[in-house]
Amino acid sequence: MEFKDYYAVMGVARDASQDDIRRAYRKLARRYHPDVSKEPDAESRFKELGEAYEVLKDPEKRAAYDQLGARYRAGEQFRPPPDWDAGFEFSEGTFDRGGFSDFFEELFGRRRPGGHAHGPRAGRAGAGIHAAGEDHHARVAIDLEDAIRGGVKRISLQVPELTADGHVRLRERALDVKIPAGVREGQQIRLAGQGAPGLGQGPAGDLYLEILFRPHPRYRVEDGNLYVDLPVAPWEAALGATITVPTPGGDVGLRVPEGSPAGRRLRLKGRGLPGTPPGDLYVVLQIAMPPVRNDSDRAAWQDLAARLADFKPRSGLGGKP
Amino acid sequence: MTRQTVLHGVVIETSVELGTQELCRACAVREDWLIALVAEGVIEPRGRSPGAWRFSGESLRRARIVRRLQRDLDLNLAGAALALELIEENERLRRRLAGQPVPARGDDNETAHP
Repeated sequence: MEFKDYYAVMGVARDASQDDIRRAYRKLARRYHPDVSKEPDAESRFKELGEAYEVLKDPEKRAAYDQLGARYRAGEQFRPPPDWDAGFEFSEGTFDRGGFSDFFEELFGRRRPGGHAHGPRAGRAGAGIHAAGEDHHARVAIDLEDAIRGGVKRISLQVPELTADGHVRLRERALDVKIPAGVREGQQIRLAGQGAPGLGQGPAGDLYLEILFRPHPRYRVEDGNLYVDLPVAPWEAALGATITVPTPGGDVGLRVPEGSPAGRRLRLKGRGLPGTPPGDLYVVLQIAMPPVRNDSDRAAWQDLAARLADFKPRSGLGGKP
Repeated sequence: MTRQTVLHGVVIETSVELGTQELCRACAVREDWLIALVAEGVIEPRGRSPGAWRFSGESLRRARIVRRLQRDLDLNLAGAALALELIEENERLRRRLAGQPVPARGDDNETAHP
């Protein structure tokens, strides 16, 4: 097991005051909160931060940790000496600790003699107590194609579990889930009875899956509508043209009207995500510039420039034309 | 690998909605917290009284985010509700931006020489 330097995680000095630690936590928590942050490692950073704060905010745990920490550096192999925590007393924490590190679990996660287990309550059977299990939640990323066609998706979840000796361990759990065709991003799928087991004869909780879409190379999704950028030649935009457009349901012909400006959106009704009503597909025109490769190309543009000499693209800017 | 049963869930949508108790359980919150959330206008159930309220999957998603923000950042309800709205606005804009061409260095961003 590697030693974790909680002071480094929080970016505070070893002699930081409790106020400093609290301030550092608040600042980093706002930055790395998984609901707020878009940093790819936000979730693990936030978890690490929560773990560090759980120890350092509590003067009892911090004192015990400091006693160990003086001898170790981050990443060093670590084995707690027997009775390292003799003489310290810990109060029950309130932080949701699902998935704290082995290091934390080794030091603070054990069932304390004569005390309470710190682990999640799920699965602890109390005599004569019956209660429904907790509902669980997970997020599932699917491809747009899965959402359109539906299908079965294998998902794996990390489930925190209390082991016999009172440690919290993550267990991999695989589920095959039917993804209904037309599911939208942010929707919740409820799997009855797949949450935490109930206490006594209480029923198991439910598992809610929140659907996320992986970014698609071609389509952007907003609600049930899809957006696709369609490059057209300047003359296609100017003269109008019938163009083949890819849609999730297959290619369709699209009439580009004469005189279409760049950025014009053309709607293909009902060609977005399936549903009642189905979403629309918006085709956003982009005018692609042909390269000028030789004198002939140059002459073609010069000819156009001469013929359309009264076109003033910058007349709206108010300066000299 | 052994093939296991395929689980069929229900999409929480207009056909299947959550009652007040169900939503409380799904978010692990008490009913008075949920009532305050509705009073704040963060989630909008159908139905007149808490006993008759029906919530969408969207309500579940939003309620859980507000709950996490309150718990982890020690925000009050109004602050968490505001943060939620800004987060959602941010997501919408990011999604829209995802389709915009990003100026490449030395390409679209060439220095002009007057």
